[in-house]
Amino acid sequence: MQVNVLEYFEQGALAAQRHKTAVVDQERSFTFDEIARYAKNCAALIVERGTGVNQPVAVFLPKSAATIVADLGILYSGNCYANLDVKSPPERLRATLRGLGSSLIITRSAHAQVLGALGVSEHQLLRIDDAMKPQADHDSAALEARRERIIDTDPLCIIHTSGSTGTPKGVVLSHRGTIDFMDWAFSRLALDGGETIGSLSPFYFDIYTLELYFCLAKGATLVLIPEQCAAFPMKLLEFVAQHAITFVFWVPTIMVNIANQDLLSRRNPGSLRKIFFAGEVFPTKSLNYWRRHLPSALFVNLYGPIEISVDCTYFVVDRDLLDDEKLPIGFPCRNTDILILNERDQPAERDEVGELCVRGSSLALGYWNSPERTAQAFVQNPLNPHYPELIYRTGDLVYRNARGEIMIVGRRDFQVKHLGYRIDLGEIEHAALQVQAIGNACAIYDAGRKEIALVFESGEELSAAAIRERLAAYLPKYMLPTVFHRVDQLPRNPNGKIDRHLLARGGVQFNGA
Amino acid sequence: MARELSRQALRGLLREIRPESDFEASRDFLSDGMLDSFDMVALVAALDEACGISIDGADILPEHFQNLEAIAGLLRRYGVRP
Repeated sequence: MQVNVLEYFEQGALAAQRHKTAVVDQERSFTFDEIARYAKNCAALIVERGTGVNQPVAVFLPKSAATIVADLGILYSGNCYANLDVKSPPERLRATLRGLGSSLIITRSAHAQVLGALGVSEHQLLRIDDAMKPQADHDSAALEARRERIIDTDPLCIIHTSGSTGTPKGVVLSHRGTIDFMDWAFSRLALDGGETIGSLSPFYFDIYTLELYFCLAKGATLVLIPEQCAAFPMKLLEFVAQHAITFVFWVPTIMVNIANQDLLSRRNPGSLRKIFFAGEVFPTKSLNYWRRHLPSALFVNLYGPIEISVDCTYFVVDRDLLDDEKLPIGFPCRNTDILILNERDQPAERDEVGELCVRGSSLALGYWNSPERTAQAFVQNPLNPHYPELIYRTGDLVYRNARGEIMIVGRRDFQVKHLGYRIDLGEIEHAALQVQAIGNACAIYDAGRKEIALVFESGEELSAAAIRERLAAYLPKYMLPTVFHRVDQLPRNPNGKIDRHLLARGGVQFNGA
Repeated sequence: MARELSRQALRGLLREIRPESDFEASRDFLSDGMLDSFDMVALVAALDEACGISIDGADILPEHFQNLEAIAGLLRRYGVRP
């Protein structure tokens, strides 16, 4: 019985393909043997610092093989990793670190300065380069003893997501949920060691979870695509061809870009065999474009909020879809149950819209250091009055069609998906209120134009550039509004709340930004 | 739409996208980390709109967006006068 994800590595790639290339980053490539040695060196350094087990250790590194070494080092020390965004604005990073309360942060000298400016003291830092040296420098038996203390319901990692109060929520994922998802993916989607993975997502996202454990369990090589490729789709396609990448798990945004510019006719990445995507709706027209250019590739739509280990539903695109037909999110992954609950909290009939709720070991353990927010999102299954059983209410509205496939309709709150990122509009509003001249603000999202607009009350003329500059201290790039409208007063509905719907419909005269 | 974009107007477009960066001082926006994938999407859309052109996806390459001269050079190929 497998109880922790390190067994994938120990019994997988490390046992069978020790000297194969595991990870290729911008600097060089690393074998599985090297990754294991460095990770265990790192674990020994963590243990030396006197940490216990099941504690969060933050990782403040740009996407690189070093991040993987740090994450595995943390796991080998019996703790859980929290990968942070090195480009996070200072205030957001400060709030994240405060929420995490981690006694140790793994970083490199180049990034230690940023942490120092936030008041992180030197003795909290561990430099990853101290672990990445040729010789083994750890006591294997001692590390194994620590690992033995971990059970499958212990935390594996913490992933941060946007929160309406301005403090990101730290979602705690378990070993069990991840093992269940990975085992399902290995068998249902036929993932084997012959694949070369082209990784494009940041390592503080859950797409990384699939990429990493796929690599470690099956011995598939993980190639980290340079960040610049995301800005230049043609370069991205050239990179995929150059490295003979066969497997990708991407956010649709970039793939839609490639389709819109008809780049596959000019640079067909013929090596691609498996194309997974998640994070937002992939417009069927763009998907059809990809399928026409790569007819023998397997296309899989995955769906799941961060509160679920990677994903909880999937749809293998196995039939022709019309350009204007919506792409299903499909069926539950194995050992995960999907409930669609209507307004009366009863199971929805076929074609009846309800909230997608998830049941099973794939659920996150909760939000780190946040019992109230946890209790709001993870609730007793209303269909089970007999014993405690939690479900996660996703807030996504869905229905089941005649084929039994789950179809997504929209949201029941103010969360949006923009460029693959999950954003709580409340967090943008919270940041806007930190700008002195802004009295009140409402963020609205135009899904068609993929635009975040900020409507704000202010007595002064404020330029868009000036507001963006101020907001950038609190919000990551993808959350910055691009359209700004000044009003004397935001419209209110009869119960005094800001009338978002009126604003979203464009029923308000603006004074100009 | 006027097929003309002055150097000042180009700087203005860039400033809207990245108010905190000094585009005049940089010789290489990309290695200086001034333009990422979000900015590129916004910049291409802004240039298309301001100049009434449609920049071909195959022209969205690092060498055409390295600095103000490179962008002006790309625009010239689309018949946009500086």
